[in-house]
Amino acid sequence: MSDQKKGSAYISASESRRITRFNRRVTRKLEEKRADAGKDPSLYTTRMKDENNVVEFDNVCTYFFSDVGTVKAVDGVNFSVPKHSTVGVVGESGCGKSVTSLSLMQLLQRPSGQIVGGEIRFNKGDGTAYNIANTPNSVMEHIRGNKISMIFQEPMTSLNPVFKIGAQVDEVTKLHHPEMSEEAIKARTLEMLDLVGIANKEGVYDMYPHELSGGMRQRICIAIALACSPTLIIADEPTTALDVTIQAQILDLLQNLKDKLNSSIMLITHDLGVVAGMADYVVVMYAGRVVEKGTADDIFHHPAHPYTIGLMASKPVVGRKVDKLYNIPGNVPNPVDMPNYCYFRDRCEMKCDRCSGLYPPEIKISDTHYVSCYRFYETGEIGGYPKSVNVEELV
Amino acid sequence: MTQKDYLLEVDDLVKYFPIKTGFFKRTTGYVKAVDGISFKIERGKTMGLVGESGCGKSTCGRTILRLLEKTSGNVRIDGKDIFAMNREELRTFRPQAQIVFQDPYSSLSPRLPVGEIIGEAVREHGIIDASEFDSYVTRVMNACGLPEYYKGRYPHEFSGGQRQRICIARALALNPQFIVCDEPVSALDVSIQAQVINLLKDLQKEFGLTYLFISHDLSVVEHISDTVGVMYLGNMVEFSETEKIFSKPLHPYTQALFSAIPIPDPDVKINRIVLEGSIPSPADPPQGCKFHTRCAGCMEKCKQIAPEYREVEPGHFCACHLYDA
Repeated sequence: MSDQKKGSAYISASESRRITRFNRRVTRKLEEKRADAGKDPSLYTTRMKDENNVVEFDNVCTYFFSDVGTVKAVDGVNFSVPKHSTVGVVGESGCGKSVTSLSLMQLLQRPSGQIVGGEIRFNKGDGTAYNIANTPNSVMEHIRGNKISMIFQEPMTSLNPVFKIGAQVDEVTKLHHPEMSEEAIKARTLEMLDLVGIANKEGVYDMYPHELSGGMRQRICIAIALACSPTLIIADEPTTALDVTIQAQILDLLQNLKDKLNSSIMLITHDLGVVAGMADYVVVMYAGRVVEKGTADDIFHHPAHPYTIGLMASKPVVGRKVDKLYNIPGNVPNPVDMPNYCYFRDRCEMKCDRCSGLYPPEIKISDTHYVSCYRFYETGEIGGYPKSVNVEELV
Repeated sequence: MTQKDYLLEVDDLVKYFPIKTGFFKRTTGYVKAVDGISFKIERGKTMGLVGESGCGKSTCGRTILRLLEKTSGNVRIDGKDIFAMNREELRTFRPQAQIVFQDPYSSLSPRLPVGEIIGEAVREHGIIDASEFDSYVTRVMNACGLPEYYKGRYPHEFSGGQRQRICIARALALNPQFIVCDEPVSALDVSIQAQVINLLKDLQKEFGLTYLFISHDLSVVEHISDTVGVMYLGNMVEFSETEKIFSKPLHPYTQALFSAIPIPDPDVKINRIVLEGSIPSPADPPQGCKFHTRCAGCMEKCKQIAPEYREVEPGHFCACHLYDA
């Protein structure tokens, strides 16, 4: 935004009033629609496209109706998380990777943040699936923490400082399994603490979060996430706030747990190194859209999208000596005012004539590898264009 | 062999922070943040300082610039003992040695426009004639990749990468010889990191700057540094040229640290040495070798006697009993 001329960042009072009025109308409408859908189970149950997936994101659009305009944080995102696998979601800050996971958990700041289009399907396991966008809160409460759980970035702030560790881990089990006895719950908690590699589990059970180091706290957060054996664990930058050696410990732990448990992991990070070591599938996001997805081998050995290529070249790698790091020129486009051509065109060094046309469709270049770039328009199999939602039509 | 031209010489630098308790604020102990470290940086070169958080690397950087008073030891920048200076001498010396802080969001005054942030110290120290002041600030800004029309803007209008450029321009404007970069890229995105690192390298080439580059990101350190020092709990445990230390780390801590670097290639199965536990408290460091509580190759001797920091191979310093003659 800093490269634009000054005037454009400011909006006039009448424009600001118009936006506020519009936002109020849109969000009220969406809230009503959602409340209606929540009353009827048939509206929030659907079927999975592929039974082997835990979650399917199908053209998901999550918009924020902010005071400066509509921010299309996630705009037509398509990918799925298969059973028993790890999917890494990579991108820079602000690219919508966290919003994608928050949409799945229905933890968006409502009413300004709304899922306005598409479907998020979460596998129930009995042939049907939840359509998360329409699921009412009463049902979500049984999914959150129980079937889908989340590990947050900051272990320092995601534990409650006034409760003992034991109580915080117990709470999850107690909430989702009210039939269990106190002893059984405690036994379960100790088992979890043992699983995440805490040696002094009886002692830690009676400690407060401030008595533990960052790495230990992250282990507790993982224990909390695992307490109900969820089918999907979302790890949102689980190691970013930690030191290198502690990061190694936590990654090691997650890797081991994945083999022990029957869960899938959705690993959100900006560190390509972390993804390479952990993920089976990788999704690269840029400015609210998926630009490339494939297996870890596809992405790291045959990167196709110029953004992915640039991202890899701009990170120094130990043992690979370069004189000058590549830097991607320019900045991410303003999220309030996205261009109607490829979002990466203005920063791209491989652009062609076609790039000035519509936003590129998803192009299949191998069985597992999809990319949204016109460089493969002739050679690949053309898929669908990402579907954006026209906010004016929502009212 | 020709005499090497060292710009910075740090000799047995010690910095303790007192722990005060009770009503009378009696000193009951010390946090040994920097506990006797020595190193030298050649003119125009970059030294990387790595270590976990809490190992004293930032304190070290700040004490070198006398932003913190030392407990004991000696620091000489360009042959001048900075702890022997009085206020007036220190003031005239300050432009020589500058610092770029980690967090570009909190290290710029929100009330000053960019031109003033960069130019304030220039005017204060009389670096340039008042008549040329404006064009000088523009020149510095251009060198850091900031267009002139940013001068009247305020920090909140900029992104993280741009702010870090402003911080670098502010340090550079005083014509320094030596800059301490305290985690300058840790708060930035990957693609922005590359821009800032390239900028630092270009400026070094152009102005012959000497850097002390403090970071916990080893791949960045490997990229930018000529020599690397590894710190653990207030001590330097290993020091050598970048290539030597990365190809053949000697100290067990360095080995573990380097093996923990995530490599962006799914086929490379790293043989990670996972260190148990976390860094002990610097207020109560372990007896003997400070690393012995987490070391895989710990011997009886390590628990008793602290190893000597010495030259194990030419130009390769290490503090570990494994290499005792």
